[in-house]
Amino acid sequence: MSGYADMASDIVQQALAAGATDAECTIGQGEEFSANVRLRELETIKEAGSRAVGLRILKGKHTGSAYTSDMTAEGIRLMVRSAIELAEITTADPHAGLPEESELGSIAGDLGMYCGDVEGLPTELKIDMARRAEDAALRADPRITNSEGASFDTHLGRRAFANSRGFADEYRASYCSLGTVPVARAGESMERDYWSSSARSFAGLEKPEDVGRIAAQRAVRRLGAVKVETKRVPVVFEPRTARALLDNIFDAVHGGAVYRNESFLAGKLGERVASEKLTVIDDGTIPGLFGTSPFDDEGVPTRRTVVIENGVLRSYLLNSYTARKLGLRTTGNASRGLAGNAGVGNGNLYIEKGAAPPEQLIAGIRDGFYVTELIGFGVNIVTGDYSRGAAGLWIRDGELAFPVSEVTIAGTLQQMLLNLEAVGADLEFRGSMAAPTLVLAEMTVGGR
Amino acid sequence: MIAWTYMQFSDSFFPQRFGITARDLENYLAEALSHGGTYADLYFEYLSTSSMSIDESIVKSASQGVSLGVGVRVIVGERTGYAYSDDLSPDKIRKASRVAASIAAGPATVEKVSLNEGQRRNLYPVLTAPTETAFAERVELVKRADRAARAYDHRVFQVQASYADNLRQVMVATSDGVLSWDRQPLARLNVAALARVNGGVPQRGHAGGGGRVDLNFFLNEKTPEHFAAEAAREAIVMLDAVDAPAGEMTVVLGPGWPGILLHEAVGHGLEADFNRKGVSAFSGRMGQQVASPLCTVIDDGTIANRRGSLNVDDEGHPTGRNVLIENGILRGYLQDKLSSRLTGAAETGSGRRESYAHIPMPRMTNTFMLAGESDPEEIIRSVPKGLYCPDFGGGQVDITSGNFVFSAAESYLIENGRVTRPVRNATLIGNGPEALKYVSMVGNDLKLDEGIGVCGKEGQSVPVGVGIPTIKIDRLTVGGTA
Repeated sequence: MSGYADMASDIVQQALAAGATDAECTIGQGEEFSANVRLRELETIKEAGSRAVGLRILKGKHTGSAYTSDMTAEGIRLMVRSAIELAEITTADPHAGLPEESELGSIAGDLGMYCGDVEGLPTELKIDMARRAEDAALRADPRITNSEGASFDTHLGRRAFANSRGFADEYRASYCSLGTVPVARAGESMERDYWSSSARSFAGLEKPEDVGRIAAQRAVRRLGAVKVETKRVPVVFEPRTARALLDNIFDAVHGGAVYRNESFLAGKLGERVASEKLTVIDDGTIPGLFGTSPFDDEGVPTRRTVVIENGVLRSYLLNSYTARKLGLRTTGNASRGLAGNAGVGNGNLYIEKGAAPPEQLIAGIRDGFYVTELIGFGVNIVTGDYSRGAAGLWIRDGELAFPVSEVTIAGTLQQMLLNLEAVGADLEFRGSMAAPTLVLAEMTVGGR
Repeated sequence: MIAWTYMQFSDSFFPQRFGITARDLENYLAEALSHGGTYADLYFEYLSTSSMSIDESIVKSASQGVSLGVGVRVIVGERTGYAYSDDLSPDKIRKASRVAASIAAGPATVEKVSLNEGQRRNLYPVLTAPTETAFAERVELVKRADRAARAYDHRVFQVQASYADNLRQVMVATSDGVLSWDRQPLARLNVAALARVNGGVPQRGHAGGGGRVDLNFFLNEKTPEHFAAEAAREAIVMLDAVDAPAGEMTVVLGPGWPGILLHEAVGHGLEADFNRKGVSAFSGRMGQQVASPLCTVIDDGTIANRRGSLNVDDEGHPTGRNVLIENGILRGYLQDKLSSRLTGAAETGSGRRESYAHIPMPRMTNTFMLAGESDPEEIIRSVPKGLYCPDFGGGQVDITSGNFVFSAAESYLIENGRVTRPVRNATLIGNGPEALKYVSMVGNDLKLDEGIGVCGKEGQSVPVGVGIPTIKIDRLTVGGTA
């Protein structure tokens, strides 16, 4: 233990002494390293450490928050005073509060969030990882003519949380990632794509040569992309874009959006909202993954929550506030930076995999669109309206036939979830959200 | 009006608050260059922030905070070393300087750094920044917005309003001898309203604005009631929306925030880092026709009180008015220190960073198209069938292929020269070096946005502005379903 949990407890006590009726304190500390290589030459090295503290207090049903990176006694004293002062201007909120004492706690045992092999890696080795990944991309194909470079990043951090109901704990986390962005060219056509690998341990990273090779293949296959005619066809989301769709589902089951009626899934608990092929689970307890933690940002243990089961909406994702608003129990999904009221965040949110390999799913489509990239913000969670920029490959007679870009895909999330026809077997956790290949029966592809 | 002022360095924020002297800065820079770096700079930042928000007519949150630190950068050739410290004690700054210095490997080549205070101007002479005013005054803004949006129409059933401001004190010292400092206030008010009819499907409307202003801006110029009415109006309009069309068609953009088209379609593609590396769709096109002759696009960081404006950029260089496209011809890139050193191009005052923990890169400030000669109504009348878009959400661009999108938040069908039914949200997609060639009419009604833009690039967010007159684009792909 580093003593940050004790420091957080101490700050909670200072807040109570200053007039708060309840308090919660978060401390974050981290060390970051980043190396960038471009065209085989070292381009950037960045290295630093920082820490900061945040406090939220209640005075009756009034809330106030403050944060500071000035961790001197004077800095902390000013932060406590700020938070208390702010409780004077907020309105009494009957639902404001902390989780019940019985809800607090943390998961015991090693969750695999910290791996010592990330610490103390020689700088030369870290630079070399990036260099090898980019080199593999540059060598993979003669059409890879340029590069935006490759990067190797590590982060080592601690997070401590304490509140006035007796909770105080902390955990460490390590993270490293390797990625590269090659640029492919053929005639007038220039395209880039990326591939990356991240892990809690250095040993868990994919080989730099694989990262580079996959990035290059992805960039090259986009060359010569055309815009297709506007038409309605089956649409296949590869795992990377399926993850973006899962992100939209997360926004729709977010407790805050639900109690405000800002989600098309509000009021639909227990109802069929998707094809029976769809099961969505949030699990913050899986060892070694990116969405794992022993407790959430309100000191509630994380857990496994079935969000959608065979198409039926089973649970929203909630912190203690949104749970009280909806008359439900927290699901241990509180999330925040350092200060402020807790929001809602996901643990490891994933779509349960199906049986078929992706090739088999594509083989069954005569005319369709395989989406490898989505851009823009055209998703309205209130209405479910969906319209995003897309690029990918056209499917003709069961095969990926030619690259497509500068098109849109559109529909409504309601219909898209019901139209889910097949789920691939290719589920991989590359981040805190994961989805396998998804096949949707029909969407509008907007082009010429 | 721009006031040129003179303030001694010793009277500025960091020397006063932390006792930092010009000699200290020269020593830190010498330390940073001790391993053979050819350029170094220090960026000191002290950021005070506050925010408050109302939801369900309850002020549920209010927060304030302080973050401070210094970033040290060392350049040698194309290499950059960067380190930062959130502790301004001499030991910690020297340590960061040594870490950044190690990007170079050799003896020191720069003998001595002598700092000079330049002449200063003030584009935002705000005596009392909003961050320095009483909370009680500021919380009234969100309460008023909440009341006004609910009073606008009985179909409005949910309102969220948030107000946030910050005051950033910065000081930059470079081994080129530049010593500059600035006090940068920023404030923004946002309102979102949900409306529905008889428990039906809700629709959302949004509005917001602000700038480098004092609180009087929200009390006298753009009031909470102004933004609230705009958010509520948009939500009510959308209640009657029909499905958006799909495919290529004529699109008319309204004035103001739709200038996000320029930000995405050309702005990012003209940032010098991408062009130096040859990875932008605009690389190597200087002097070529990339837009219709009706288009002149400017990036101007010197407009008084605007959200995207800065007295000096985050590398200590004065911002400027940079012509990007002149009558359709590509004229200039946006430069930061590194790119201008490597390519020999003149600096444009476009080096920006999110905070002391971030490495600067070329960024936009306020990007807009100059007004043309057409009457906006005449532009609409000229379209037999198309889409009219007066308001947008966000946008994004792939700078290499040049493909960009931006999402309509409020749009209408144009039928036989008249704006008719509102349509549901749709994304518009085009290709940067091509899209503006299809601009066939430019209105005489240039308007800048109200001050809500946040631009993200490589994980760094900075405030920006955009602007555009009403324009007609003969061909753009609309991503609807109908």
